[in-house]
Amino acid sequence: MKMPGKMMRFDLHLIASWIKPGTRVLDLGCGEGSLLEYLIQNKNVKGSGIEQNESRVAKCIEKGLSVIQGDINQEVEDYPDNSFDYVILSQTLQQVYAPDDLIRSMLHIGKMGIVSFPNFSHWRVRMHLLVTGYAPVTKQLPYQWFDTPNIRVITLKDFRKFAREVGYRILKEVAIDSQSVNKEGNIVRVLPDIRATYGIFLIGKE
Amino acid sequence: MSEYTQKGSQGNSVGIVDKKLHTTAEPPGEMVLECGRKLGPITLAYETYGTLNAEKSNAILILHALSGDAHVAGFHSKEDEKPGWWDSMVGPGKGIDTDRYFVICSNIIGSCMGSTGPCTINPKTVTPYGLEFPVVTIGDMVRAQKTLIDALGIKRLLAVIGGSVGGMQVLEWCVRYPDMVAAAIPLATTTRHSALAIAFNEVARQAIMADPNWNNGDYYYGDRPETGLAVARMIGHVTYLSDESMRLKFGRRLQDKSDFSFNFSPEFQVESYLRYQGKRFVERFDANAFLYITKAADYFDLAEQHGNGSTIEAFSKMMARFLVISFTSDWLYPTYQSREMVRAIKKAGRDASFCEIEAEWGHDAFLIPNPRLSSILGGFLDRVFNENAR
Repeated sequence: MKMPGKMMRFDLHLIASWIKPGTRVLDLGCGEGSLLEYLIQNKNVKGSGIEQNESRVAKCIEKGLSVIQGDINQEVEDYPDNSFDYVILSQTLQQVYAPDDLIRSMLHIGKMGIVSFPNFSHWRVRMHLLVTGYAPVTKQLPYQWFDTPNIRVITLKDFRKFAREVGYRILKEVAIDSQSVNKEGNIVRVLPDIRATYGIFLIGKE
Repeated sequence: MSEYTQKGSQGNSVGIVDKKLHTTAEPPGEMVLECGRKLGPITLAYETYGTLNAEKSNAILILHALSGDAHVAGFHSKEDEKPGWWDSMVGPGKGIDTDRYFVICSNIIGSCMGSTGPCTINPKTVTPYGLEFPVVTIGDMVRAQKTLIDALGIKRLLAVIGGSVGGMQVLEWCVRYPDMVAAAIPLATTTRHSALAIAFNEVARQAIMADPNWNNGDYYYGDRPETGLAVARMIGHVTYLSDESMRLKFGRRLQDKSDFSFNFSPEFQVESYLRYQGKRFVERFDANAFLYITKAADYFDLAEQHGNGSTIEAFSKMMARFLVISFTSDWLYPTYQSREMVRAIKKAGRDASFCEIEAEWGHDAFLIPNPRLSSILGGFLDRVFNENAR
């Protein structure tokens, strides 16, 4: 696959591979815009992003990206229905206060959503709790219980169950073994619930 | 807006520039203003920088704020001590790069900076207009500027950029001439004045009108209402700063004194600073022009005038790609007003970028050299140029 100047995170790469060329994409929590930049250059998408941090927003706009500084939970409310083909929520679901509201909004303003999050049922997480008795601290979730921004613990199974209950369809899913800071990674096909560090889901309306 | 340009600007300069004049609406073809009255002939002072390309596709129009003028960058002569009001932003290799873009800055009708306004001669009476000058609106200002852009042979502007009252003109340009504007950068501005903003303008106007020299606007052959205009400027100036910037700049420090003198001479540094600003302002600005331009700003209401009361409807008439910028310490046009604008742009299905820049300098932050602001504008314009002009 053609890569941009800087190597992109493995999970972002997989997300990019799902996106059809020439589509409209909204990236929630887009950081410095590396995924958007990649999609615009390689997939000719019409991309925009939401990001809360002022200096990251500035970086994005300097690159020529359309990015709005704001809170994703509020900003998703202000687009007309079906403004986008894909709305991406990468590595953020575990920090969202009202995930059901956010996902519902994502599927209003977009035809499909792409959601990724660290898998809390990875064997290391299970072992950590079982053996040490402390709340798990891993490379993917590197915080102590008292200072973590990750207010939700989610497993791949949880997300599938949530889809059934809240009412959206899982169109595609992939489990990966990758460290977010690391660019390398593998797709996990055997025992993903236990062996995957992250899950990525393509979701659509029921 | 205040004056921040230092003696001899840093870095590259556009060099020596000339003020030019554009005249339109010669009788009997006077312009019918929004108030229903006619105005003509109309002269606009303007300046240009850089070179218009063969396709005429690299033109950027800069719109100035209340007390600004067409002199945005460079110097008028070798002896000129002060460069234009946005010299930090406009020039070779700067945020608005005059090596790539053809930059135009036009003065507004109602002003006293070379364009037709209350202090210019009414051809019918051969005396200055004074209060005979019709009340103009932001829409009238933009319609006059449109004739200038037409005269320059430019069919489509790559971008319109302006802060404060200049930002209102940006929005007016986008809604009146949607096919002529590829991109828009409204900075530190609003779609309509809050009660707070109108209140400060009214206090400033009252200061002018309470000056006996004002004489119902008829003062051009006698003493000018300098005290009133200076007080108006002092009020305005306070609204352009912030609590933080004033605390850092002045605090409670005394000017050339170590103790109180128990009288009403200026003692605090902030007092002597404001008096100085007021005094400087009356040397270059006309009191009636101040009344007319503040009134135009107070009347401006994008939703009422262009969207049947809906900001979203007004923005859905526009075609431009937007970059909206606000500043954290701006309490005259606070960030919530820019956010409302961004919300309406999104709901109208138009493309928007928005950044709230952290700055302690209040409303005036957009005029102060700021590398972040320059690089944001530069990157945004680069993209617009690649999409539209190549």
